[in-house]
Amino acid sequence: MTAQFLFGGAGLVLFALGIWSFLVHEPLLRKLIALNIMGSGVFHLLIATAERGDLPPDPVPHALVLTGIVVAVSATALALALGRRLEEEDPDG
Amino acid sequence: MDSLALAIGVPLIAALAAAAFPARAQALGLAGALATTVASLQVTALVWQQGSLRSEPGGWGAPLGLALQADGLSAALIAMTALVALATAIYASGYFRPGNRPREFWPLWLLLWTALNGTFLAADLFNLYVNMELLGLAAAALGALGGQPAAVAASLRYLLIGLLGSMTYLLGVALVYTAYGTLDMDLVAAALRPGPVAGTAMVLMTGGLALKAALFPLHFWLPPAHANATAPVSAALSALVVKAAFYLVLRLWLDVFTPLVTPAAAHLIGLLGAAAVVWGSWRALRAERLKLLAAYSTVAQIGYLCLFFPLLQATPPGTAREDLLAALVLMALTHGFAKSGLFLAAGLVQQSAGHDRIKELGGTAQHLPATTFSIALAGTALIGLPPSGSFIGKWLLMTSAVQTGQWWWIAAVMTGTLLAAAYVFRVLGQAFNLEPTPRRFLTQGRTELPALLLALTSVAVLGLAARPLWQLLQPGGAA
Repeated sequence: MTAQFLFGGAGLVLFALGIWSFLVHEPLLRKLIALNIMGSGVFHLLIATAERGDLPPDPVPHALVLTGIVVAVSATALALALGRRLEEEDPDG
Repeated sequence: MDSLALAIGVPLIAALAAAAFPARAQALGLAGALATTVASLQVTALVWQQGSLRSEPGGWGAPLGLALQADGLSAALIAMTALVALATAIYASGYFRPGNRPREFWPLWLLLWTALNGTFLAADLFNLYVNMELLGLAAAALGALGGQPAAVAASLRYLLIGLLGSMTYLLGVALVYTAYGTLDMDLVAAALRPGPVAGTAMVLMTGGLALKAALFPLHFWLPPAHANATAPVSAALSALVVKAAFYLVLRLWLDVFTPLVTPAAAHLIGLLGAAAVVWGSWRALRAERLKLLAAYSTVAQIGYLCLFFPLLQATPPGTAREDLLAALVLMALTHGFAKSGLFLAAGLVQQSAGHDRIKELGGTAQHLPATTFSIALAGTALIGLPPSGSFIGKWLLMTSAVQTGQWWWIAAVMTGTLLAAAYVFRVLGQAFNLEPTPRRFLTQGRTELPALLLALTSVAVLGLAARPLWQLLQPGGAA
């Protein structure tokens, strides 16, 4: 039980850190890393919910986390592609 | 075949086909658009007959499987999406010039449609998250399609804001799963008990979605993203994509978090809506470019939809509440048709003049009588003049505000309506007495007709024949 709270609590802390970093930092890479950290925070929380004591862990949150990772990777890739396009147009900006 | 799965599967397959055969992307895209329209309207027809539909693809039921469901609200939005997206697809086939990237347009367009239908049909909070992400990715890629640095920068910002919104929504979903062990909307609604976890989840999910729906003061990303995209994309972003996020807020508040919707919470949304109406209309009046005007007007129109929340909360279940909900849907549909018509027409004006600065549009507007007429019709619906659908919507909104004793919302509606009249006439004023009137009403049928039909629907069809919408929204179906 304590481990579950530690894991879930760490997830919430990660989410809060990510949101802070997203809002205060200007560069695209830092914003993207911040978003991914927010995502990891949510995934932490979901994995912590999967714990069911002596029973085998609940598979549904695991499936959710896998889907979430796929979505996060695609979104990060698109954002990086758009960012690169902007840099090619204007190398100084 | 399962009609709900078809409404998502047909555009998805068409999108893959258009991506696999880029040389025939346009033909495949148009065929896909037509097939998707048929599949979508079939869902609406079935809901009309049966009241509501639910299907569990693969035979996996809730809580493990992902169910799809449709009721009157989703059927109305699916039908609107189908008609607007079909008209815009026909417009796009005539709008893009060679070398203007039409090939990438079609797969993304159909993917956007897939995600919209998926959002309206999902019965599961996590499935909704995936569809919203798909919608955000397709919308951001479409927005950047023009390739100008301003459009790419606006789309990148739109993508990042959308991701922030989805992550916040996802944290809410995780909390709901922690507390109730299910993600099916009906099961969550049955299990929900007011408490700190449910309250936090509702705030997180509503906040994330409000960011995506551009609810004041979270609207800052919308005007640049919508104004810089190419015309068919702007139309879809403003008329459909924003509506999807709003639909989710409505769905969550009406069906899932019902016990948590207190007068204070509903009033907060109403206040933000009132601020959006006044601020969005004011900025639209001050906008120098036609597409920026249309984008700010979207901010205001989302505000009107939010004004319904405190009234719905204060109205007990019964005929009055059903009328109010139907008025809300009617305003959302009217705005969808009017705003897509306006953006498509604005795109033609921009293409013809090479810019869209309102002050210098005089001669151009007069050269395109059909397009100017579309702008005027769409403007009629945005102001809320009779016989447009938003006239009925605003009328019921104000009647209900008087009946529930919340007369202060009327001030916001009146101010917004006056400002809307001012910004619409500011554009139309450019269209008279500048050049000799051309003889031909239509100059370019393939692009001008879809815009005209969309604008005409918002005024004539939705205003004069709104009755079927009331029947569609009946819980037991109309037939």
